[in-house]
Amino acid sequence: MSLDAGLTGAATSPAETDLALRVVAAVRRAAGPGAQAEAYVSHRALALTRFANSFIHQNVAEAVTTVWLRLHVDGRTAIGSTTLTGPDGLADLVERTLAAARLCPPDPAWPGLAGPAPLHAAGSWDEATAQAGPAERAARVRDFVAAAGGLECAGFCRTVHRSTGFANSAGQTAGGRSAEAAMDGIARTDGADGVARQAADRLAEIDGAALGARAAVKARAGRHPVDLPPGRYPVVLEPTAVLDLLQMLARHGFAGKAHHERRSFVRLGEAQFDPAITLVDDPATGGGLPFDAEGTPTGRTVLVDAGRSTALTHDRRTAAAAGTASTGHAAPGSVPWGPVGQHLRLLPADGRQSASGDGPAAGGGGPATGGSAALLGGVERGLLVTDLWYTRILDPRSLVVTGLTRNGAWLVESGEIVAAVRSLRFTQSYPQALAPGAVLGLGSELSRLPDSWDDTSWHAPALHLADWQITGGAAG
Amino acid sequence: MTQFEVATAAVQAALDAGARYADARVMHRRYESMTARNGEIEALVQHSDAGLGVRALVGSSWGFYAVPDPSPAAARAAGGRAAKIAAASAQVPGPPIDLVPAGAGTASWSSPCRIDPLSVPLPDKGDLLVSATRTMLDHGADLAEGLYQIWDTEKWFVSSEGHRIDQRIRECGAGLSATVIGDGETQRRSYPSHRGQYGTSGWELVDSLDLPAHAARIAEEARALLTAPACPAGETTLILGGEQMALQIHESVGHAIELDRILGWEAAFAGTSWLDLAQLGSLRYGSELMNVTIDPTIPGALGSFGFDDEGSPAVKRDAVRHGRWVGVLAGRDSAAVAGLDHGGSVRADGWSRLPMVRMTNVGLEPGPHTLDEMIAATDHGVLMDINRSWSIDDKRLNFQFGCEIGWEIRNGKLGRMLRNPTYTGIGPVFWQSMDMLSSESVAWGTPNCGKGQPGQVGHTGHPAAPARFTNVRVGVRG
Repeated sequence: MSLDAGLTGAATSPAETDLALRVVAAVRRAAGPGAQAEAYVSHRALALTRFANSFIHQNVAEAVTTVWLRLHVDGRTAIGSTTLTGPDGLADLVERTLAAARLCPPDPAWPGLAGPAPLHAAGSWDEATAQAGPAERAARVRDFVAAAGGLECAGFCRTVHRSTGFANSAGQTAGGRSAEAAMDGIARTDGADGVARQAADRLAEIDGAALGARAAVKARAGRHPVDLPPGRYPVVLEPTAVLDLLQMLARHGFAGKAHHERRSFVRLGEAQFDPAITLVDDPATGGGLPFDAEGTPTGRTVLVDAGRSTALTHDRRTAAAAGTASTGHAAPGSVPWGPVGQHLRLLPADGRQSASGDGPAAGGGGPATGGSAALLGGVERGLLVTDLWYTRILDPRSLVVTGLTRNGAWLVESGEIVAAVRSLRFTQSYPQALAPGAVLGLGSELSRLPDSWDDTSWHAPALHLADWQITGGAAG
Repeated sequence: MTQFEVATAAVQAALDAGARYADARVMHRRYESMTARNGEIEALVQHSDAGLGVRALVGSSWGFYAVPDPSPAAARAAGGRAAKIAAASAQVPGPPIDLVPAGAGTASWSSPCRIDPLSVPLPDKGDLLVSATRTMLDHGADLAEGLYQIWDTEKWFVSSEGHRIDQRIRECGAGLSATVIGDGETQRRSYPSHRGQYGTSGWELVDSLDLPAHAARIAEEARALLTAPACPAGETTLILGGEQMALQIHESVGHAIELDRILGWEAAFAGTSWLDLAQLGSLRYGSELMNVTIDPTIPGALGSFGFDDEGSPAVKRDAVRHGRWVGVLAGRDSAAVAGLDHGGSVRADGWSRLPMVRMTNVGLEPGPHTLDEMIAATDHGVLMDINRSWSIDDKRLNFQFGCEIGWEIRNGKLGRMLRNPTYTGIGPVFWQSMDMLSSESVAWGTPNCGKGQPGQVGHTGHPAAPARFTNVRVGVRG
């Protein structure tokens, strides 16, 4: 679906777009026609039902409208925001942001406002998800717990919907809305945790019972773990673990600001990755809106094409610095790390997408999920890993990361899982792990994975990598 | 209608809808930050919000609902919604919930503030960051960054037990970092901390940091690190500077003693804890030098307040005494589950978030030594300071931390500068190896502690002093 720019696009969120238009008009009344202003208005209704020890212990909901105003006047720039959307609140927003801009030093790198442009796609919307109540989320928690067969359970079920409007003084207006649902939970037994996750555009697609059963299978398969010595191991990462690689690459590799500041390892045009790797950012495939916080239409950005680094994510400011065009990755407010892809998709071996999030338990009811079972046959001696946890960068330019395995790791010998393994610490350069020749296989299923933060989407297959450096065990 | 009356309306509506307990917080917050990069202002952000969060307990199930800028009608509706959500929670019920006493009453509290940070002229604040980042550029930095942040929060708390508490908490802080870019890696030096120093204080805190005086030094050190030898790998004696000690305390003690983690309430996300309540009072956490307190009463420290977000008054308590684990960070419900008699450590990062167990000021009491004495007493070792990376497992047991800078120690003297210093260990083993502790304590502020779903960012304080540890594995790298 394609939406035209202007109020046609805004028809999907008229209240927010109208509010944005009113803020821009107020700026021009106060500062004159020479003032450049943009307003981004987001109404977000989030509800999250959390469970632990197999009961609901936290259950929250909020409905908040936030207005961000960025203005450039007399060569100076300031950003203001508020949740006070009445006349007084908006007047205060305009007044104090104008005052701040006038006191700021000049901003010679101001990139100007986005002009009118057509939008490429609409955000996904499901009325039932948007209107879902706490009873519907609780029902999925109840199903998860029941399907776990008496194992202790913990996790969350979340629904969120957003209605967003944009207007600027250059004539761009836009509107869009989206809804999404997610469930993420663990089952626990004898010190072993098994996890199952699912994200979807519709709450109706979230199957608490299937997720609870899958988490229980993985937990039971994680009992009686053995210790493994440090060293280099081939590894099969389930899609849930691949998620961490995508997030690190998006934030520290392909972010235009990091690249401009030479903190990124990315060298455009070079074959930095294995030819099996094609990485795309596409908000249209996972609840994203059709425009960014600067009103730039969002679209599909191919970051890596068959192993070759091809593009970065930009907002107008980083794009101007790089001499290119914005890719539609501006976030509201000021983000220290700059414009970052939040809807990454690592293309699978043959392009299929699992219908059930991270895929059904495969391998005869074993712990391998999301197409990872099919990759185990190629492992002579290595590891199957479910999650990478608490990952932190030792150096952004080499993207060396340390972290731990979580929610299950298994020793694989001659293509068979032979034992659960206690949590392991790794210290590994992510680009090196994906370098030419290092990717031994990709799964054929593409899993959509929930993030801790909504308004993101991540799609990944399982990955078989030749080398992963284990630097210790979590127990000592 | 006053803010107390708005909160009261929400509480009453929750009770009318079936809650047996309810509380509500009205909050107003103003936030301002400025970032400078390479001698220019990169962004000035000012945010203002106001809203109401109401919490209802129906039977033994909780519900929470939040609305911005509430009218009396919206406040009543929010109270009803919170009770309805709590009733839905009862579809998957847990054990009975009680609340330990919180000392209901009327009170008012403000954090100390000599110079209102929001009233300091923007040009003055901008000039400070611009000049400091220019100095860093002039002294070798490829990327010179400066930042300040200010929060001014007013909140009005009402509970169905009779609380009526208002507080105003002003927080601010600032910092610098200089990054240099090498062929295959970057090096960074920061002052005074890797994200700045923060406190419940006025702008006098930022003045006291004297950022310009340190700009040239950190840029030159960052440049020097590029060609410094790498921290050797192996087992050695490790001395940590005070800032890194704050991180060590935060990650391997503060989170581990959070009662919600110990009870499994964070099992799926933040994680659990290696601590077992059955060992409270007897478990050896560290050496005799290890005395850790939970103290939200420290004037100016970032984790200070008059009352937590359940209305419990700020009280200093022990967490570790002479190396023995004796206390936890608790809330009224988690304390009741654990059979303890106090909460006092529950906070939310805004009106739209559920209050939960958070660190206040979790700090290590100072010891008898000085940093110079520790260095002089070390034949062979490494000194590390200023955190660069931190990773710890979901039980808060296995950690690997990296620092910005290290120095070799040989025969009681500092030697070569070392780049990429890292160390790793297991919490209680590490803390039991602490054999020297400095008296030079600083209450470091951590403004970015993440926890909870939906995510919350907490502000915590960590009094810490340099300390020495033996037989530590250092120099781990990929």
